[in-house]
Amino acid sequence: MKDASLAMRASPLLFGLLALAVWEGAVRAFHVPVYLVPGPIAIVAAFLADPIGLLRSLASTLLVTFVALAVAAVLGAALAIAMAASRLAQAAIQPWAVVLQVTPIVAIAPLIIVWVGNPFAALVVCATIVAFFPVFANTASGLAAAAPELGDLFRLYGASRWRTMTLLRLPAALPHFLTGLRISGGLALVGAVVAEFVAGSGGFASGLAYRILEAGYRLEIARMFAALVLLSLAGIAINAGLGWLGRVLLRRRGDAA
Amino acid sequence: MLSIERVGRRFPNGTEALRDVSLRLEPGDFVALLGPSGCGKSTLLRLIAGLDQPDAGRLVWQEGHAPTPGEVGFVFQDATLLPWATAEENVYLPLRLRGISRQQAAPRLREALARVGLEQFAAARPRQLSGGMRMRVSIARALVTRPRLLLMDEPFAALDEFTRHRLQSDLLALWQAIGCTVVFVTHSIYEAAFLARRIVLMSPRPGRIASERASPLPWGHSRLDPAYATLVADITAAMEQALGHGAPVADLAAADPASGDPARSRERSA
Ligand SMILES: Nc1ncnc2c1ncn2[C@@H]1O[C@H](COP(=O)(O)OP(=O)(O)OP(=O)(O)O)[C@@H](O)[C@H]1O
Ligand SMILES: [Mg+2]
Repeated sequence: MKDASLAMRASPLLFGLLALAVWEGAVRAFHVPVYLVPGPIAIVAAFLADPIGLLRSLASTLLVTFVALAVAAVLGAALAIAMAASRLAQAAIQPWAVVLQVTPIVAIAPLIIVWVGNPFAALVVCATIVAFFPVFANTASGLAAAAPELGDLFRLYGASRWRTMTLLRLPAALPHFLTGLRISGGLALVGAVVAEFVAGSGGFASGLAYRILEAGYRLEIARMFAALVLLSLAGIAINAGLGWLGRVLLRRRGDAA
Repeated sequence: MLSIERVGRRFPNGTEALRDVSLRLEPGDFVALLGPSGCGKSTLLRLIAGLDQPDAGRLVWQEGHAPTPGEVGFVFQDATLLPWATAEENVYLPLRLRGISRQQAAPRLREALARVGLEQFAAARPRQLSGGMRMRVSIARALVTRPRLLLMDEPFAALDEFTRHRLQSDLLALWQAIGCTVVFVTHSIYEAAFLARRIVLMSPRPGRIASERASPLPWGHSRLDPAYATLVADITAAMEQALGHGAPVADLAAADPASGDPARSRERSA
């Protein structure tokens, strides 16, 4: 039983290593030029050639990502709460939230970059727009998720709307908010990268996307791959980190197994 | 304590849940509202609780006004506890909503939990408790304000037979000790016959009171009492008559609301 679970846990790693080995082997066996498809070893070498530069760019992208995620979380939760508290607010906000969701960021990023003078702020705005919807929509549905009987119970004891919000609806929404946050975390990274790509041609960005563009122009394909790998690792880490945060918070509160 | 006079309720979607329902509740009564699914038992209970308003007839309270919060306790089919709160915090909720501090409430919380036999589980979360224990917490929560009227909507329907029997006996002991009025909704003839001093039979579409009888059973009767079996048989006969001779099964099927409130159908299928 224990062995089986160990095998289960080790299997993704082994599979990954196997795939890398096959990749490296194929690249060598067929003499694929490194400017077309570099092997894993060439990619690691490209990273080791300039680790500081790449990690700096990663940090720059992550800074945009986290600021955007924080703004999206605060804004999304606040608007969802406003919608739950007032029908007027709901009528006013809901259509705009949908507009925001369906607008392709690539299409409006150039505008935002022109309008928002500060490059960092422009990137944050773009990433926030991409990250906003999941945390907003999940919080909104969480605020309505408490059992209707519990709503009846609060009414039976003459609870004010404020009390119902703080003692019932907000706590009931927490797990949904955390789920939304996790999705938004990944999207914030995507948004930051897309905005960097658009801004990159404007020539003021220092994020990973810019490194990818730059390496592409110079046909440093291995370096391009190294930047890509960093990006996916960051995405995985953000997803895992937010998942962990959610589990810890819910376990501390006592309602998650 | 309450006189329900010719009450009717039709929902905006056209469903007539109650028509011309009249019923008197006396202090210290234990009334079972018995009827098939969809006959308007929950609707009637919600009207009594003030969670819904009739659109015909009226409710006349003896004191001249509707009860204040805390004078009525409500127990739902599901325990409906706050999953993030401990048993004690759940029981504290009604007092908290009335602005009573945790410290002031502490003795009453202990008392309410002790009444349902859960003093050892004050710090447990709902998911750590069994279904029967969760229902006990729910009952303690309803009792903590010392209500004069306790409304229960199929509280034991989701429990297994053994737990149900146990909770039924405990509920009777509680009722005897507290002396509040109980209105107990059920679709189990056995449960109504075992618990109630008065059994009100409802028929569906639209919900009406089909018959009403006092329980002939002495206080403290057992389930093995032949009089209990006779009462069950009597009620069964009255039920079949109310639903129409020969076709009780078809009528029951027709009475099952496929449409209506989605929250309710979800609850039923859950
Ligand atoms: N809010 C609502 N809107 C519309 N129809 C409703 C609503 N609540 C209940 N109904 C309908 O009114 C009828 C009576 O419902 P009610 O819940 O009172 O029945 P019940 O006797 O409690 O049934 P059950 O034993 O299944 O709980 C049903 O047909 C139901 O679908
Ligand atoms: Mg019901």
